[in-house]
Amino acid sequence: MKIRNIIADLKIYSRNYMRSNTAIFFVFIFPLVLMLLFGSIFSGSTTSAVPLYVQNMDNSGNMSNTFIETLNSTHFVDIHMIPDNVNIQAYISQHSITAALYIPSNFSSSYNTGNHVSLVYYNNPAVSTSSVAQQAISVTVELFNSHFASQNQTIAVASTSVTTHAASYVDFMIPGLIGLVILTSPMFSMTYIVSSYKKEKIFRQLSLTPLTRSEWFLSKFVWYLFISALSAIMIIAVGVLLFHSSISLNIYVVPFLAIGVFMFTSLGILAGSVSKSEESASVIGNIITFPMMFLSGTFFPIEIMPTWLQSIAHVLPLYYIIDGLNSITIYSNFNSATLDFIVSVAVAAVIFALSVYSFRWKEE
Amino acid sequence: MDAITADDVHKSYGSIKAVDGISFKVQKGEVYSFLGPNGAGKTTTVEMLEGLRKADRGEIRVLGEEPWHEASKLGRTVGVMPQDFRFIERITSREAIRYYCSLFSVRDKTKELLSLVDLEEVQNVQFQNLSGGQKQKLGICLALINDPELIFLDEPTTGLDPKARRKIWDLIRKLKDEGKTVILTTHYLEEAEMLADRVAIMDHGKIIAEGSPGEIINRMGKGRKLTVPYGEKLQEYLSKDLKLDCNRTGDSISVSIHSNKDVINILDFAEKNGIELTSLSLKEDTLEDIFVDLIAEKEGTS
Repeated sequence: MKIRNIIADLKIYSRNYMRSNTAIFFVFIFPLVLMLLFGSIFSGSTTSAVPLYVQNMDNSGNMSNTFIETLNSTHFVDIHMIPDNVNIQAYISQHSITAALYIPSNFSSSYNTGNHVSLVYYNNPAVSTSSVAQQAISVTVELFNSHFASQNQTIAVASTSVTTHAASYVDFMIPGLIGLVILTSPMFSMTYIVSSYKKEKIFRQLSLTPLTRSEWFLSKFVWYLFISALSAIMIIAVGVLLFHSSISLNIYVVPFLAIGVFMFTSLGILAGSVSKSEESASVIGNIITFPMMFLSGTFFPIEIMPTWLQSIAHVLPLYYIIDGLNSITIYSNFNSATLDFIVSVAVAAVIFALSVYSFRWKEE
Repeated sequence: MDAITADDVHKSYGSIKAVDGISFKVQKGEVYSFLGPNGAGKTTTVEMLEGLRKADRGEIRVLGEEPWHEASKLGRTVGVMPQDFRFIERITSREAIRYYCSLFSVRDKTKELLSLVDLEEVQNVQFQNLSGGQKQKLGICLALINDPELIFLDEPTTGLDPKARRKIWDLIRKLKDEGKTVILTTHYLEEAEMLADRVAIMDHGKIIAEGSPGEIINRMGKGRKLTVPYGEKLQEYLSKDLKLDCNRTGDSISVSIHSNKDVINILDFAEKNGIELTSLSLKEDTLEDIFVDLIAEKEGTS
């Protein structure tokens, strides 16, 4: 493998690419248009019931259950239970939870005897929904305290900040749109290029030069990594500057960008290689790309989709890229991101192997 | 020394026999031309020699190497201009030549190659906007980047205007003068007759005639033909007295003559009988005549 050949091919390919208005539109303009459009429509919208996670360690009495029922009856919160055998803080981090309430084991006994008991509310104060949950808790606590004539508060709530936060719509859009660019820019181009180079016999022409298939592939990978990164920077900049997104950026975004570009460059080559003509290549490319584009959490979090659609999303490779990017940029949940990364590497390896097998420069 | 040897080479596409057991040798420094109608198997043959297609059967050696497996090695000493050459659409001729120079690790030859085929004026035009002839010329430039010993030119002048064709002919002569071996596929018989040291006429996947154009004409030609205006008396004299093959077409008779004596006798007869010879022509068979006859013969038998 010669670096010189990769650079020569990269030069020629990038020139050809930058002269295509369509390619530029899909990589740089299209994600921005989507962001401006969806961002303007959905920013600021909140749901009426806020998810509140509750861990009830109190098995001794039923006051805690009554407390939870009362909390639920406020209709401000949608209660989800956290099992009592897990560490709440770890659970919050793993599940990217923004509001959680801890009920200690002595809740019923203390309440019944009029002793002081403290609940812990884990929340992210920067998130608007966390104050909704807090108000629901306050109302319920006051109601319970009012049963006692004493002026002392029996139940108190201690607030603890957690690092996770509920994202605004644009926070979800940023990783989603980066995923979209990682998917579409290599997929559409490679599918088209492989099928048209095959038809125009450009690959046969190249097979007579010292350039090898792996050098050719690497130059495409480097190019799409570069433009995807550029597009990602632009998406983030617009998100932060225009929509005041609060996503957190760090170096772990890069491995996802790289494995995603590698995966979809390979998938594009595979789709182009197995197609008999340019027309069928474009059909195959669209069949692969469009479901992934809409069902992997690109334009909205997949949690809002019906369960059966969510299960479909879980078999789409892009889901793991976007989920990983979400985990990193929104929730800072690195355990979940690591798992997503491992799945992505495995899927990419399979797709790459298939593309190596089917991608030929000349036919017998 | 042989640049190419092919022995009993076969290639089929499904049930169609594209190349059906051909054998030939090309010497170093020779211009060797494949002729034949469309679908005769010329391009398949050339592509097997270039290492772009794998022969089903038979043995091929190009500069001592087996081309299908050693294509990339051969790529350094062989230049190929494929039929209907295509390149990356938004790349200019200048950029394409530079790209190839980098890949082949040779010095930048952009200027000299562009001037060699008269492409300087359009060097900054993207490939997709070049005319058919200009595209062909760029294909020739790219085939010459690595200063190859052996050059394959598959229909290099198809679609070129007469001036551009002459330019390519000069280039082929120049390559031959430099001692390079050229494999030329063409539809134009006069091109082969003029440029090739030897030709192979192909039809239905077989070589039906091989040799220098002169040899083929001598061996397979029907000699010289004299064409004179038709007249009953003259025709009778030609066929009965001189016992020559006559063929009347419209107002003229075409006579296959054996020697100069025949011509003198005919002129003498006309003079004595007061026959006005308003037109008179003497012509030897060209490669094209033989080609047309050979193909027609084949069509008749197949």
